[in-house]
Amino acid sequence: MALAGIFLMLFLISHLLTNLLMLAADGGKAFDRAVELLGHPAVKIVEYTLFAAFLIHILLGVILQLINYRARPVKYKKAPRTEISTFSRYMFHTGIIIFVFLVIHLINFFFVRMGWAPLPETAAHSHDFRPMAVALFQNPWYSGFYVISMLFLGFHLKHGFQSAFQSLGLNHTKYTPAIKIIGTLYAIFISVGFAIIPVYFLFFFSS
Amino acid sequence: MQKLNAKIPEGPLAEKWSRYKAGLRLVSPANKKKLEIIVVGTGLAGASAASALGELGYKVKAFCFQDSPRRAHSVAAQGGINAAKNYKNDNDSIYRLFFDTIKGGDYRAREANVYRAAEVSNLVIDHFSALGVPFARDYGGSLDTRSFGGVQVSRTFYAKGQTGQQCLLGAYSSLNRQVAKGNVKMFPRRDMLDLVITEGRARGIITRNLVSGELERHSAHAVVLATGGYGTVFYLSTLGLGSNASAAWSAHKKGALFANPSFIQIHPTSIPVLNDYQCKLTLMSESLRNDGRVWVPKEKGDKRHPTEIPEDERDYYLERRYPAFGNLVPRDVASRAAKERCDAGYGAGDSGLSVYLDFKDAIEAQGKKAIQDKYGNLFEMYEKITGINPYTQPMRIYPAGHYTMGGLWVDYNLMTTIPGLFAIGESNFSDHGANRLGANSLMQCSGDGYFILPNTISDYLADDIRTGKIPTDQQPFQEAEEAVKEKIQKIMAIGGTRSATSFHKKLGKIMWDHCGMRRDAEGLRKGKEMLNELEEEFWKDLRIPGSDKEINQELEKALKVADFFEVGRLMCEDAIQREESCGAHFREEHQTETGEARRDDKNFAYVAAWEYKGHREKPEVHKEPLHFENVEIKERSYK
Amino acid sequence: MNVTLKIWRQQNAQTKGKFKTYPLRDVSPEMSFLEMLDYLNMQLIEKGEEPVAFEHDCREGICGTCGLYINGRPHGPMRNTTTCELHMREFKHGEVIYIEPWRARAFPVLKDLIVDRSSFERIMHAAGFISTNTGSAPEANSTPVSKIIADKAFDAAVCIGCGACVAACKNSSAMLYAAAKVAQYAMIPQGKVEAKERVDKMVRQMDAEGFGFCSNTYGCEFDCPKGISADFIALMNREFFSSRVCGHKQK
Ligand SMILES: Cc1cc2nc3c(=O)[nH]c(=O)nc-3n(C[C@H](O)[C@H](O)[C@H](O)COP(=O)(O)OP(=O)(O)OC[C@H]3O[C@@H](n4cnc5c(N)ncnc54)[C@H](O)[C@@H]3O)c2cc1C
Ligand code: HEM
Ligand code: SF4
Ligand code: FES
Repeated sequence: MALAGIFLMLFLISHLLTNLLMLAADGGKAFDRAVELLGHPAVKIVEYTLFAAFLIHILLGVILQLINYRARPVKYKKAPRTEISTFSRYMFHTGIIIFVFLVIHLINFFFVRMGWAPLPETAAHSHDFRPMAVALFQNPWYSGFYVISMLFLGFHLKHGFQSAFQSLGLNHTKYTPAIKIIGTLYAIFISVGFAIIPVYFLFFFSS
Repeated sequence: MQKLNAKIPEGPLAEKWSRYKAGLRLVSPANKKKLEIIVVGTGLAGASAASALGELGYKVKAFCFQDSPRRAHSVAAQGGINAAKNYKNDNDSIYRLFFDTIKGGDYRAREANVYRAAEVSNLVIDHFSALGVPFARDYGGSLDTRSFGGVQVSRTFYAKGQTGQQCLLGAYSSLNRQVAKGNVKMFPRRDMLDLVITEGRARGIITRNLVSGELERHSAHAVVLATGGYGTVFYLSTLGLGSNASAAWSAHKKGALFANPSFIQIHPTSIPVLNDYQCKLTLMSESLRNDGRVWVPKEKGDKRHPTEIPEDERDYYLERRYPAFGNLVPRDVASRAAKERCDAGYGAGDSGLSVYLDFKDAIEAQGKKAIQDKYGNLFEMYEKITGINPYTQPMRIYPAGHYTMGGLWVDYNLMTTIPGLFAIGESNFSDHGANRLGANSLMQCSGDGYFILPNTISDYLADDIRTGKIPTDQQPFQEAEEAVKEKIQKIMAIGGTRSATSFHKKLGKIMWDHCGMRRDAEGLRKGKEMLNELEEEFWKDLRIPGSDKEINQELEKALKVADFFEVGRLMCEDAIQREESCGAHFREEHQTETGEARRDDKNFAYVAAWEYKGHREKPEVHKEPLHFENVEIKERSYK
Repeated sequence: MNVTLKIWRQQNAQTKGKFKTYPLRDVSPEMSFLEMLDYLNMQLIEKGEEPVAFEHDCREGICGTCGLYINGRPHGPMRNTTTCELHMREFKHGEVIYIEPWRARAFPVLKDLIVDRSSFERIMHAAGFISTNTGSAPEANSTPVSKIIADKAFDAAVCIGCGACVAACKNSSAMLYAAAKVAQYAMIPQGKVEAKERVDKMVRQMDAEGFGFCSNTYGCEFDCPKGISADFIALMNREFFSSRVCGHKQK
């Protein structure tokens, strides 16, 4: 679970950096070049690992949640007041939102690339993601959904980042506080980073 | 009349145990598997015995009334555990530990037993250390010690203020190991209600399953009682609320003699009574007296806030009366001195029933951090209970019923007068005389359980290798179960109006007033009378709601209280009989002009072992004379 | 002061329970929480009703017997405090107080507020010990332990086995309880020898008992009356992985 989570977090960094290239003033050339790399066999391997990681992470997440649910058959009458971070309380819920997002996200891009979904008019070929994205983001509903999903992704990561270290036992009186801070910065970086792309295309970009 | 034979081995004191041990008979490993031993109680004494016996290969059945062995009241011991390691190079030795214990016990303990306890004390520390008990250490990594009341060396090993907890958890872990191996079977949530004797030997017990309410018969080749103290006879005490005399009492009724029942230690430093519904007095460890100074106002009835009373208007009465030991005088002396001041009208607090224990000087000298390191958890505990911060204000303390030196009479083998019935730990009487020194009980309990009983019990069981399993359908088992059933039915059927606790509270007050820190013949007789009256009311007006066929905490309490009437009477009887003052037993009639205890070695250097003669019948006393060959009997002076 | 108690009443493990309301008058703020319940019980007994069953023994915060879920928190509103150490001065006049038993599949209710914590026992039976025989120990000071480590081991060892960590955890996980023991022994030289086997067995037993899985919410740490740190959970995780990865195959 934690290992898969860490892999996903690493992936998110590379994905975000790639996506940010869309904002570059070169009309998307750098981004296209990056996308071309997706065909590389090494990247293919990473891609399969990524699917596996998602699958493992989600599957384990759901199984654990079910077991945990069953571990307390009779709930408390009085709502628990034990103070825990809201992010940690709603990991499963934020996870589900991410999952929904993921499905839509995959349909929009990955399916197109694989040829399982029809090519939108805006795109020249199945790798031509930027125009597809621009078109989608200029729909305020889609952008809104995207931004909100990223917000929840941020929540998920805020807890998930340090949680992964704790789960792996990577804990130290000196370094753990730093890990928590880095985790928060990471979560903000990822969610804000992804979110500014639709915001940019919605408000500040006209083709 | 039974003849008391303590079976003390011949030979020089220091060699008695090793020589005797070498002569004890053994049981072969193959035969051990066929022998069963019941251990009632899983405190430090019981858990260590059960695990040591399990390691040897016996089949052990261990019982406790709590849901887990880890909750036995040994867990509450705070201050420490003694051993004669001499790690501080302060000229400590086995002999000195022995000597301090004999002297601390006011020359009413058996020399040979005490020496043996001191002798095995070092093994106990080694063993606990190997079990991972996190004793305090110094920076070099070796074990740290501190000093305790009644001694002038530093021999007390400790784990902050939670030494009992850590030692018990150590013993609990060794017990768990044997449970895992299948050598010990745990029976938690069981009350032992009777002992079963077949053909003159202890062969089993009757228990009540506290969840299902069922009565159960358990058999074994020997029975070990490790059921702790009965300080709860005072109702308010430092003990756990479930602590009781009933298991030992059931054995007493079946013939085991009960020794020195009135020797019951009143601990000088507990948090005083704060409200009417209080059912427990929380101890503040004696170790606090290392750094805290005890005082009362010099002015009678001075109700100023303690921090407003200037230095020269404070009476540091322990330092004044006992300059050599000061605040570290033994418990009995410290308790009586506190009572004396309060009775004379100098007491602190609204009730006037408390004295101050002040850390101001220690904090100034050593810094708050040092004090926090040593006593942090005790200070927190004090603040939680009273709402007062002891770093800025002195604590208020008062004596409380604490430890029972008295208990089942045992010989050198730790066997009672019933063959096959052993008693260890606080439930026996043997090692502390008339007063126990701090940190000596944990030492004795674990010594008994780990290092002494396993040897002596083998000697007894050597005769039993051909006996085979003891069947529980024999008549004595049936009769015992029947008797218990009848008692339960009788008590359930009273149908009165008052709770067991309300009776216990009254009983405790009678005992505290008449058989407490200061006693006199008239008061003791009156106390006995009052117990009789209260007992009659109890059997008329008790009410136990619910059924006995399920969890019924009121029934559990009532059964214990029912026995306390008898225990209380025996305590009074014992105190009347002992026409001297010694240790915790202080008779008004026997004191010096300065109010110190006056012992009578010519007439009372004996153990009083009582034989049960029936309900309300006068018990018979048997005397085991005490011989002091290795110490000179002296007046016990801490001046 | 007066309070209103809403207490879970359940006759035994087989029957269903329900909440009952008890108004209680003239409670003294000096009373401990359990003394307040004693006071209620005395009145119930006088009325001929069955008193509320709850567990307790030492009444000084060390035996771990007591444990009630009070107003949404195990052991009530004060941190680092067991139920028996809690005092009524922490409550307001007129307050409504919900009192529930620990809730977890691994802690079935036996009666009213009493739960069966034998699952905790079995975790300890699995391997909560250092295997050393009586009499075989070396001289205590021949095994030096750094003061810092000894103090840390002590911090883990103060667990009283109350179960509040499970009660507090949204997943009913027993990680803090198990970790405290695993960590205590894993840190000191005496316990290192069998550390790998220990953690493996204890974790397996814990999972078999039906506790939930840890998702690092740290609720346990927040409500542990002994302030045991969730850092020990990380330490146990580390031990566990190293046991799985580096430990020898067991038969
Ligand atoms: C607050 C406090 C602080 C102390 N501090 C110190 C100290 O610092 N140093 C020191 O040396 N000593 C100290 N003592 C004394 C010491 O802790 C005890 O004397 C010692 O722990 C007793 O151990 P035990 O094994 O004999 O009995 P306990 O630990 O009391 O165990 C009794 C066992 O018997 C069982 N039991 C009892 N009755 C029955 C029954 N009817 N049926 C079934 N099972 C039963 C119980 O379940 C329990 O398992 C202190 C005592 C108290 C109360
Ligand atoms: C980009 C996608 C995702 C990333 C980067 C991510 C990352 C993480 C990380 C690092 C953790 C902490 C792991 C640990 O402490 O063991 C975690 C926990 C969790 N994740 Fe995700 N996750 C993602 C998507 C999802 C999805 C789609 C779900 C769907 C159910 C999900 C459900 C959970 C749950 C329930 C937890 C808490 C379980 C636990 O800590 O044991 N996650 N996630
Ligand atoms: S870890 Fe804390 S909350 Fe959990 S059982 Fe131990 S003391 Fe209780
Ligand atoms: S009763 Fe012992 S911890 Fe509360």
